[in-house]
Amino acid sequence: MSFLTLDGVTRQWKGQGGVQGISLALPRGEFLSILGPSGCGKSTLLRLIAGLEQPQAGRIVIDGRDVTALPASARNLSMVFQSYALFPHLSVAENVIFGLKVRRVGRAEREQRLAEVLTMTGLDGLERRKPSELSGGQRQRVALARAAVAERPLCLMDEPLSNLDARLRHSVRRDIRDLARKLGLTVVYVTHDQGEAMSLSNTVVLMQDGRVEQVGTPSDLYSRPATTFAAQFIGEPPMSLIEGPALGYPDEVTVGIRPENVRLAAAGGGDLDTVVADIEFLGGDTRLELDQSAARGLAVMLPGAAHIGIGETVGVTIPEENRLLFNSVTGKLEKEPQQNPKARNRQIPAPEDGQKAPPSPKTVKEDL
Amino acid sequence: MTDAFTLERRRRALHGWLLLSPALIMLATFAFYPSLATVITSLWSRGTRRNPAEFIGLENYRYLFDDPTFWQVVSNNLFYAAVTIPVSMALALVMALWANARIPARSFIRTAYFTPTVLPMIAAANLWLFFYTPSFGILNQIGALFGAGPVNWLGQPDTALWAICVMTIWKEAGFFMVFYLAALQTIPPDLQEAAEIEGASRWTYTRRIVLPLLMPTTLFILVNAMINSVKLIDHLFILTKGGPSDSSKLILYYIWENAFAFFDRPSAAAMTVLVLLLLGALAAFQFLVLDRRVHYR
Repeated sequence: MSFLTLDGVTRQWKGQGGVQGISLALPRGEFLSILGPSGCGKSTLLRLIAGLEQPQAGRIVIDGRDVTALPASARNLSMVFQSYALFPHLSVAENVIFGLKVRRVGRAEREQRLAEVLTMTGLDGLERRKPSELSGGQRQRVALARAAVAERPLCLMDEPLSNLDARLRHSVRRDIRDLARKLGLTVVYVTHDQGEAMSLSNTVVLMQDGRVEQVGTPSDLYSRPATTFAAQFIGEPPMSLIEGPALGYPDEVTVGIRPENVRLAAAGGGDLDTVVADIEFLGGDTRLELDQSAARGLAVMLPGAAHIGIGETVGVTIPEENRLLFNSVTGKLEKEPQQNPKARNRQIPAPEDGQKAPPSPKTVKEDL
Repeated sequence: MTDAFTLERRRRALHGWLLLSPALIMLATFAFYPSLATVITSLWSRGTRRNPAEFIGLENYRYLFDDPTFWQVVSNNLFYAAVTIPVSMALALVMALWANARIPARSFIRTAYFTPTVLPMIAAANLWLFFYTPSFGILNQIGALFGAGPVNWLGQPDTALWAICVMTIWKEAGFFMVFYLAALQTIPPDLQEAAEIEGASRWTYTRRIVLPLLMPTTLFILVNAMINSVKLIDHLFILTKGGPSDSSKLILYYIWENAFAFFDRPSAAAMTVLVLLLLGALAAFQFLVLDRRVHYR
């Protein structure tokens, strides 16, 4: 029994933008990320779930209750805004308990819940500060605390980390996950950062142009992208795409390969000859950007430092078992990598966090 | 070495004074000197060809405090301020909240509200003279439809000041609305959405979030409204000339009368000094006391 269900939800402005025919089902306690480039409709989708926008077609069901026509306040959910939306004239404590006061929760209970949530978010001692006297990370925590104190089962987050610097983003990201787990929240998290989506969620919904491109676990999206768009959006660096004929396939095939599967070979000794365009030393390994007329975004990861100069010609091997074959006209995946237990068991180099996406059954059905 | 350094410092100082001078000259000529001259004038007697002016200290002020008309005018002005300021500010706020909401013909409504402000005071007063005219003025014609007898709004002491107040509110509310509207538009819409998700009603949102965030604007408008309640008298010249029997006379009009109708400049100067003191005290109170309680972003 799913907790949040969207059924053919559509909201457009003058026939464009927005979202079209989105259907999703999300079990209780799941962490769902809505991922996509800017303007793909992911924020619209979140606002539709929140009740801040009204769908033109479709149904939204939360916890077995059809909330399509209900206002935001009646949907029993909390939300964290990209801008945090803290009330600038209220102190941290007043901001957090604003909703409790509105709902006339008794004073004693209010104080107790406030204390709990402030400890949980590490805001102890800042109760009396105004938002303008807080750092960006602290403001973010206040926004989280305000969502957490409501004790509502569904929490929506709209790019909550996009205003933080890279270092803070990491620590707050961990806090969000811990908080969600501790409170047993069902979270819908909107982001344009594939690293965030991959490291945080059980399920990722990849969107493009108002439609769902692919739904799956992070590892699904990484190892079996459904389209060339998904292949190029997920992963850092993304998947390289090579025109079929260069590798002996027919015209209508595009070959996708993850950079970590590409092997260097002597010039003329591999599947393709390429020119080194750029060298990026990343500490643990080195990334070579390669120029090849038939390939897009071709790169290779080398362990340690590389002893190759820019402009040199090198050969690359594209292992057969790691190749993904896409239809170059429709962009759809035609053939998965060959079943190679060794290759499939590779740990997903989960971006930045080093966090491995939890293996979970495919929980989201997509019926477009 | 030192020479170059000193030269540079002088050059900078000169530069600074040059930048300051336009404002300094304008303020000195048209604000500081006249104020000072007024204070001095108020301490001297009224000079004629036979009796040259002489220094009489606070005599002019004592004379003023013994003048019943002065007290009548002061109480008129206090009444005028006490009625027009709260009413026009409240109206302005309500209109701004309405004109800021998502309603059809929003820009038309905003323009309509702002129109009275654009009209010159004299033109507006002429308009209202027509409204208030006994028998065939609009107000009496509407009243006649409901069987009310003709009322000479401007011609009787009981209603004259009220009539002046109503016109001032009509004129000022649109002006203040623009400030409120501008302030409302700086409030991010996220705040309303956040409050909505928390379950706050529109009224709770307005009372707990919007009004506190509008406090700086309210303070600014309050200062302006207070100054205007002393400053704006143009309509008196058209509507009542302070009558009947001083019932609608405001302090600035009385000052003008003393100075240019009765040619009693020392009295006018003394009253002006009192007005300056009062406004100065108000400004000090507002900026020193009220300011601390207002949240500025």
